[in-house]
Amino acid sequence: MALADNMTKTPADAAHCSVVAEGEQGREITLRLAGRISLDNRHLLAAKIKALLRHYAPHRLTVDLGGIEFLDSAGALLLVELEEVARTASLPCDFVRLSEASRRLLNLIDRQALAAPPLKALAPPGFLDQVGQITRTILHDFFALISFAGELLRALVQAFLHPQRVRWQYVLFYMKRVGVDALPILGMMSLLLGLVMAFMSSLQLKQLGATVFVSSLVAIAMVKELGPLLTAILVAGRSGSAFAAEIGTMMVNEEVDALVVMGFNPMHFLAAPKVLAAMVVVPLLSAYAILIGILGGIIVGVTLLDLTLFTYVNETRKAIDLFDLISSLFKSLVFAIIIAAVGCQRGFQVKGGAEAVGAFTTSAVVTGIFLIIVVDALFAIALHYIG
Amino acid sequence: MRPTTPADSPPVIVVEGLTAGYGDLIILENVSFEVYPGEILVILGGSGCGKSTLMKNLIGLYKPLAGRVLIKGVDVNSHDETELRQLRRNVGVAFQSGALFGSMTIAENIALPLREYTTLAQETIDRLVRLKLSMVGLAGYDHHLPGELSGGMQKRVGLARALALDPAVVFFDEPSAGLDPVTGVELDLLIKDINAAMGTTMVVVTHELLSIFTIAHRVVMLDKGERGIIARGDPRYLREHSTDPRVWNFFNRQPSFSRGGENRYGQKNL
Repeated sequence: MALADNMTKTPADAAHCSVVAEGEQGREITLRLAGRISLDNRHLLAAKIKALLRHYAPHRLTVDLGGIEFLDSAGALLLVELEEVARTASLPCDFVRLSEASRRLLNLIDRQALAAPPLKALAPPGFLDQVGQITRTILHDFFALISFAGELLRALVQAFLHPQRVRWQYVLFYMKRVGVDALPILGMMSLLLGLVMAFMSSLQLKQLGATVFVSSLVAIAMVKELGPLLTAILVAGRSGSAFAAEIGTMMVNEEVDALVVMGFNPMHFLAAPKVLAAMVVVPLLSAYAILIGILGGIIVGVTLLDLTLFTYVNETRKAIDLFDLISSLFKSLVFAIIIAAVGCQRGFQVKGGAEAVGAFTTSAVVTGIFLIIVVDALFAIALHYIG
Repeated sequence: MRPTTPADSPPVIVVEGLTAGYGDLIILENVSFEVYPGEILVILGGSGCGKSTLMKNLIGLYKPLAGRVLIKGVDVNSHDETELRQLRRNVGVAFQSGALFGSMTIAENIALPLREYTTLAQETIDRLVRLKLSMVGLAGYDHHLPGELSGGMQKRVGLARALALDPAVVFFDEPSAGLDPVTGVELDLLIKDINAAMGTTMVVVTHELLSIFTIAHRVVMLDKGERGIIARGDPRYLREHSTDPRVWNFFNRQPSFSRGGENRYGQKNL
């Protein structure tokens, strides 16, 4: 038994088919096909038949199928093709001694359907088409984002007016997902960032005998820029993508449609808890990142730079004031809204299948980080004038 | 090419003492049966009885907790790559919802196994793809994307893809569920025709009675409580002569939600 079974088709099958021509050149001939004609040997048989037809150049063709033991659909297609070749050469062609199985298989082949052109042409779009399509996509994207922002704002206002309608258990769930679960990795990154910043800057400041300024450098950098930015980029990568993938998969599975017909507002049901959770935890994560970053600076300052803990902390306190901290946490709040909103919006845009989920998840992260950088620049300018 | 009696040639698929489940949950226990060349075997049973679990074990997607499945003498969980590849070449699977690759056109989906396993010219592959598409009644949809087709159409493309290499063994998961009655019957007839014309061995998971009576040579009926097979044989015979009430109810469309001794049509349960 095993693989030597007669139904197993291997290239060795090539030997299991044959075609013999009988008759006179230029007159009537009979092609006797025998053996197993299948996907694996049809090309050999096709070449042989072609050679025989060229050699004999018959006026009339009879194809004897009596010796065929097995015919698969690829083999049957070969017979149909032979028939077509004969017809184009206006050569009368008959199939004789068909077995019941072969006849059934040939009946399955719809000759008209084979010849019909595809319903949709596969033409790559031209340059102008592409430019137009991209422009349209960008414009459409822009308007979609604006209208999404409006709807989200409405959902958030409603959440504040009717807090009992907010699905708080989900807000807590996402607070854990976005916030608590991110603590280890964010702590690790901030600590390393603080260490590296303090160490690298100390190498320069040592030459000037100003190592005491390492503390203010680390503090200002972490509070004003790096703390919120690092947190936002991490959350965009961890949670913005997760929001997009989750909602996107729900779109593909018609779960969002099910919500709509049951009278739920998907914005309220799916987006609001995520955005609210992000608004709460991202500023907290930022504060955590800032603290850990400064801790990294302290480690370098105390162990490598001979600063006392008291001096370091004192210098840090002098370098930043409450306004810096509050404005930085407010910036984090804005980042949180951007990340969660873009994640949800990209999720709701998913149409089609798995590939679209992947594309929009990527887009959620890329758009999120891009907007974070833009907004960060705007904050830098605004705070410069206010402060 | 319908087998006269099942026992006259060695079986294509052998299931030996198969126990399947997920972790601690045992769904099927010590199940054994055979499928003979050229036979259409239908696996049936109510929801949750383990039809899909059995099918996934048969095609080697799940590893059985105990026992083994042999297709053409090869264990589907074999570690021999060459053997497995040869096996995959000879086995086609049509999934319940098509399982088409969303990023590929319909033609590319069907051409995928042809490209992988044969060295045919592109032109021949194109013609074979059109042949398979016309067989499932979807001629002309070559360049559409799966997302542009309805669920039933996607399912039929999945069937065409499973048949692309004219495999010797084909598994179908609910081939006619979710299709309109006419298309469902057409698919059943296509399955019968392919079976008769090429002697393809087929294992079909379904619970559509009409479908079962149209295509099945033999059935294997699973039961949730029994965690195994409660009936096997010709469905027409089972409908008339089964003494097991679960089997009789299934074939005679009797509801089984508990009600005293009588069902809601006033007939006495067997």
